[in-house]
Amino acid sequence: MELFKRQTHFNFLRTRKIALAMSLVVLAAAVASFTTRGLNLGIDFTGGVIVQVSYPQPISTDTVRAQLTQAGFKNFTAQHFGAPTDVMVRLQPRGDQVAKDEGAAVVKTLQKQNPKVQEKQVNVVGPQVGGQLRNQGALALLVTLILIFVYLLVRFEWRLALGAVAATVHDVVFTVGIFSFTHWQFNLDVLAAVLAVLGYSVNDTVVVFDRIRENFKRMRRGTPMEIMNAAINQTLSRTIMTSGMTLLVVIALLVVGGAALRGFSLALLIGIIVGTYSSIYIASATALMLGVSRQHFAAKKRAAAEEQP
Amino acid sequence: MNRYPLWKNLLVIAVVLFGVIFAMPNIFGDAPAVQITRVDSNKLAPAALDRAVDALKKANIPYTTARHGAQKDVIVFPNTGAQLRGNRMISDTLGDNYSVAQNLVPQTPGWMQSLGLKPMAKGLDLVGGIYFRLRVDVQESIDHTLDNDLSSIQTSLREADVRYSDASRKGQTLQFTFPNAQARSKAESVVRKNYPKATFTDYSVKGKAVARMTPSPARLQQMRNLAIEENVAALRRRVNELGVAEPIVQRQGQGYIVVELPGLQNAARAKQQLGDTATVQFRMVYQGADAQQAARTGQVPLDAQLYRDKNGQPVLLKRQIVASGPEITDATSGFDQQSGSPDVNVSLNSAGAARMGKVTRHNIGKPMAVLLIQNRTESKKVDGKTVTTTKKIKKVINVATIRGVFSSQFQITGLTQEEAKSLALTLRTPLAAPVNVVEERTIGPSLGQQNIHYGFAAVVLGFALVVLGMAIYYKVFGLIADAALIMNLVLVVALLSLLQATLTLPGIAGIVLTVGMAVDANVLIYERIREELRIGSSPQAAIQAGYDRAMATIFDSNITTLIAGLVLFAIGTGPVKGFAVTLTLGIITSMFTAIMGTRAIVNAVFGGRRLKSLPV
Repeated sequence: MELFKRQTHFNFLRTRKIALAMSLVVLAAAVASFTTRGLNLGIDFTGGVIVQVSYPQPISTDTVRAQLTQAGFKNFTAQHFGAPTDVMVRLQPRGDQVAKDEGAAVVKTLQKQNPKVQEKQVNVVGPQVGGQLRNQGALALLVTLILIFVYLLVRFEWRLALGAVAATVHDVVFTVGIFSFTHWQFNLDVLAAVLAVLGYSVNDTVVVFDRIRENFKRMRRGTPMEIMNAAINQTLSRTIMTSGMTLLVVIALLVVGGAALRGFSLALLIGIIVGTYSSIYIASATALMLGVSRQHFAAKKRAAAEEQP
Repeated sequence: MNRYPLWKNLLVIAVVLFGVIFAMPNIFGDAPAVQITRVDSNKLAPAALDRAVDALKKANIPYTTARHGAQKDVIVFPNTGAQLRGNRMISDTLGDNYSVAQNLVPQTPGWMQSLGLKPMAKGLDLVGGIYFRLRVDVQESIDHTLDNDLSSIQTSLREADVRYSDASRKGQTLQFTFPNAQARSKAESVVRKNYPKATFTDYSVKGKAVARMTPSPARLQQMRNLAIEENVAALRRRVNELGVAEPIVQRQGQGYIVVELPGLQNAARAKQQLGDTATVQFRMVYQGADAQQAARTGQVPLDAQLYRDKNGQPVLLKRQIVASGPEITDATSGFDQQSGSPDVNVSLNSAGAARMGKVTRHNIGKPMAVLLIQNRTESKKVDGKTVTTTKKIKKVINVATIRGVFSSQFQITGLTQEEAKSLALTLRTPLAAPVNVVEERTIGPSLGQQNIHYGFAAVVLGFALVVLGMAIYYKVFGLIADAALIMNLVLVVALLSLLQATLTLPGIAGIVLTVGMAVDANVLIYERIREELRIGSSPQAAIQAGYDRAMATIFDSNITTLIAGLVLFAIGTGPVKGFAVTLTLGIITSMFTAIMGTRAIVNAVFGGRRLKSLPV
């Protein structure tokens, strides 16, 4: 089976300005959402208490809320988690010392009303720890980006390296933006997924760039835009196939991986889709606009040729 | 064309064999078990296991095997119900000297275990248990060490006949006041012998010569390290007595300790037992004044201090400490032989014993008190910032009349059984510095089961989809890529088992993700082969060119993902680290299986033959 029987000749880069403009608008929206709405950070980053309990029968969160309010708990949220029988209660942090067995108190309160309530997990994170993780997370993103940029700088021309980093930043901002916009919870797992997206997105871009470099060296004729278009077309089947296969496994994670992996899988799903788009439009288009051309690749070849008598 | 040399074929076969052998222990699963260890570090006698087995037989609790070992006995049960009942029964039968814990033991056959083959280690999110992150209050320990420095310096100054009018500690600085600069320089040369790297700063205050001494940064760092290392050791001993199979106590960074207690559920009790910094002081009761009156008027004699006992009654104690916590070498809880009330048997070291002997000899018939000192940490929000303060709570737990001379061995009474047990443990394993729990995660066993179930389902479904997709799209070459994919999965499991890296739920997700990403290399190669065929290359030349041309791209693209994986590994903790580990391993192994593995098969199937077309 083949997706395309013949070599395709789509002119991807002709629409680069529209694509870039669209992306810029979306990114601006993401940043706006991030600055105004912020992220719905999980307790990993804010500190606080999370209690997950399981009932033998489906239970309404209102009932749970009423029971906890009656017992004197304040500043908490209660939501279903994964199933109508499972409830997740989240309490705001109080002081740095882990709130004195507050999680256990929640479980006890609920068990008093229904002795069959099962404690599934209790997580207590001090706010200082949360702050540390927040800094570490941001640092990790930055360090990864820098390392990848340095690697690409060594392997490719700086215009291409910058294009790849632009595409990667685009993917991260987009993914985080969606989490901000939808107010999905952003926890440590989601951060890990965002970092994986970072790696994946560059991976995708590098394949296209490898072909661009090869084409610049081999194709005698054609404008930079034609050469880059050819590279994107030549790698199109691969791009679709690999992204498709990775999407398949991410969908498997999303469908059967359970509630605990939902945020993680969603971040990957979004990241892989935009990562595929950005390696075509953002990465290549940015490099093209930075003025990448044949002589940037021919230089090395000529120098090598001159050495030979 | 397209024949692999023998060594390459052998290498591929060897790697496959390696993978299969090391991954094998994972297919046998775990069985519920109970493990028995001794609370002290003595060797386990076979008698304990016999008693446990007898008790099980009497109570008609089924078990499958009972194995004796020098470090621990293990009894395996057919189901968790029997395990639960068995645990209770064995724990009641053996008593306090043994630690009885529920455990999951791998069902790997004996011959595999004897070869050192183990299944993957599962993280807390898969087996259930408690995770604690403790912050070590290093400052308190440093202050304590500096106080000791101060008194030893004072002694050496006295011995060297150097006069000083004042010696005190201010934060991390020791300050001495001398009558003149001459005395100061003499003092500094004396002190320098013992503290060659400390910094001295000289001042002159109101005509007097003042010297400030600050310890070297290296020494401060050493104190910090020592406090944490000592705490790790103490916590390890405490954890062993909690009755946990395979606990983890690990230092983390510059001031944290991570404790993982698989299978444990009662977080409150564990937390109390781990963080307890209680200590005791033995002091004579001050008899020169009335305690009630002192409490009322607030006038306490100079060489006495006012405390309260359990009932809130005031007690006056002499300032002088006869013996205290650091001098205690051992403490066990038990029952007083005459009264039958709970007590703690205490042993003192030689210095403490000498002082205790002297004091008791001179004070027969007089009352001596045991003062319990506990640390309570409280946090308050001050101006939006959280401030943690440690408060010392001092309470007289017992006053007894000295009936005879004793020195190194004696009892503390006046406690409930629970209190005696926990005090004995705390005195036996003192913490060098107080600890605070800053992070706590309890995962119920049902959630662990559920996570394994979901994770496994995701691996199976994701794998099936990709295998099917590749076979449909690339036909025979797709099937070859699928073989490489299976090989890759086996290799990842083998490496995880070999390295004993912890498998977590995000770790399983990482495996699923690499299944999707591992095909990328094959997709790249196959697309190249198709391209070559399209421009008219012969099938054999297309295979050759496809593999060669795709190689550089595969390396470049995988290295960037590898960078992300490594950064994640460096900063991540717990479950996220598990994800980084599987992602990184998966990428590395996939490069081998997707390039060399598939090439070996392709060459074996198609190599050296005249072909008209390729099923790609």
